[in-house]
Amino acid sequence: MISLNRVTRIFNSRDGDQVTALQDVSLEIGRNEFITLVGPSGCGKSTLLRIVAGLTLPTAGRASIGGEEITEPRAETGIVFQAPTLLPWASVVDNVLFPLRMMHRIDSTSADKAMALLKLVGLTGFEGKSPRELSGGMQQRVAICRALVHDPDILLMDEPFGALDALTREEMTMELLRIWGERPKTVLFVTHSITEAVVLADRVVVMSPRPGRIAEIIDIGLPRPRSFETEATPEFHEASHRIRQLIFGTRHVGSGRAAA
Amino acid sequence: MSVQAAPPLEERQKPPRRRKKSAALYEVVLPLIATAGLFLLWEGACRAFGIPGYLLPAPTDIWKDTMAIGPTVAGHTVATFKTVMLGFAVSILISLPLAVLLTASPAIAAAVYPFLVWTQSIPKVALAPILVVLLGTNELPRIVITVLVAFFPLVISIATGLLSVPPELIELSRACRASKLSELLRIRLPYAIPFIFAGLKVAISLAVVGAVVAEFVNADAGLGFLIQTSTAFFKVPVAFGALIILSVMGVVLFQIVVVAERVFFPWSSSNTTPGA
Repeated sequence: MISLNRVTRIFNSRDGDQVTALQDVSLEIGRNEFITLVGPSGCGKSTLLRIVAGLTLPTAGRASIGGEEITEPRAETGIVFQAPTLLPWASVVDNVLFPLRMMHRIDSTSADKAMALLKLVGLTGFEGKSPRELSGGMQQRVAICRALVHDPDILLMDEPFGALDALTREEMTMELLRIWGERPKTVLFVTHSITEAVVLADRVVVMSPRPGRIAEIIDIGLPRPRSFETEATPEFHEASHRIRQLIFGTRHVGSGRAAA
Repeated sequence: MSVQAAPPLEERQKPPRRRKKSAALYEVVLPLIATAGLFLLWEGACRAFGIPGYLLPAPTDIWKDTMAIGPTVAGHTVATFKTVMLGFAVSILISLPLAVLLTASPAIAAAVYPFLVWTQSIPKVALAPILVVLLGTNELPRIVITVLVAFFPLVISIATGLLSVPPELIELSRACRASKLSELLRIRLPYAIPFIFAGLKVAISLAVVGAVVAEFVNADAGLGFLIQTSTAFFKVPVAFGALIILSVMGVVLFQIVVVAERVFFPWSSSNTTPGA
């Protein structure tokens, strides 16, 4: 479905230096696969996501969806950002309908679609409310509905739960699994949370910084549907441990010599 | 101890009602009482110390003398009001496209911005007589001066508002492959509403100032003209009357802008801040 072939992205910083955000990243993502990208800040996770979104173009290499090179944003992709960024003047349902309106795709079935999505995320009855009447978690649910309203086949999520409190975050993670179960999509999910990365993913792409590249891709064989209990299984711990090792190296494992 | 602890709890249960009541108290009743108190003090001081009317007329004298030429004063008020409103309207008509232009491209901003600052650095009082020579002794130079005084803060706040949109929303708009025009109309302009109204509040106040400055230099009507002629003939109470009418006009127009924002854009963030 999504194919990245030796993708490199170099940014020119303001003082004239060149920063390599991504170097030689190759990745194949299958249809309806759930991929999480995890890694420390500055490892190019978000750049990778933006390249798939068509918001940034690779400096070198090729990024394609379904065999077609990505040169501009594509209509069949939905995006969820870290902040809900809802329109403060529009009601919940109008926020959900916003992409359709911008794409001039609004028709008589659109409102029903929006209501079905709001039902899916448990916000029935809130459609007429203004965004500022909702909690952070609810706002992010609306943002997810907004990303799904044009029924995209790819969903890109850039730390969507990063701004939520820890409890809401866990709740939303399970919620997302349920939504994905009901409406399968190819998902690319950027996160800083190892737990989140493992519990959601079919495969976790662990990235390392300077320059941003893929350190390892870990298959998560945990059975679905997953729940909070998944996090208690040995497989879960094994995968989490491996990711931690990749990110922190051996720095935190016992002896001080390891750092050298 | 328990007696001391009880009241805060009760207070905590009351706030919604209390806040509404105190809001009305603060916004309407207190200013009225303070104003009335000030006028009483003024009146009392004038009588007690026998201050001569040409230095500081008592409020009752101001009222009496102004009402004596009521229809004339009303005519001058209408003339000033007309200049203020026309100047304000033209300021909006100029500022909106100008702000859009300024934010559309850095090149345009770099080219136009110095001119904007330049128009602001010229003292309008000095400019007024020159404009009269250029444009004649009609209403036009008065409106031009009003606009020159009022439009700048409006341009700046609209431009700031247009640039205040979260970058994610612009990316979302790009991801929807929306045109620049629908990005402007559906995202940037609505987002700028609180900023636009902040600018409008400053602009309407400045429009009154600008109109009076223009009337000082060139006019045969208007409250500025009335102040000049009446002071020339030592009719100080009438000049004070005109001054009070001007300040009331300024306050009322300002409040109309505030109310318009509350009514038409209740979601606008500046509505939640105090003093708006």
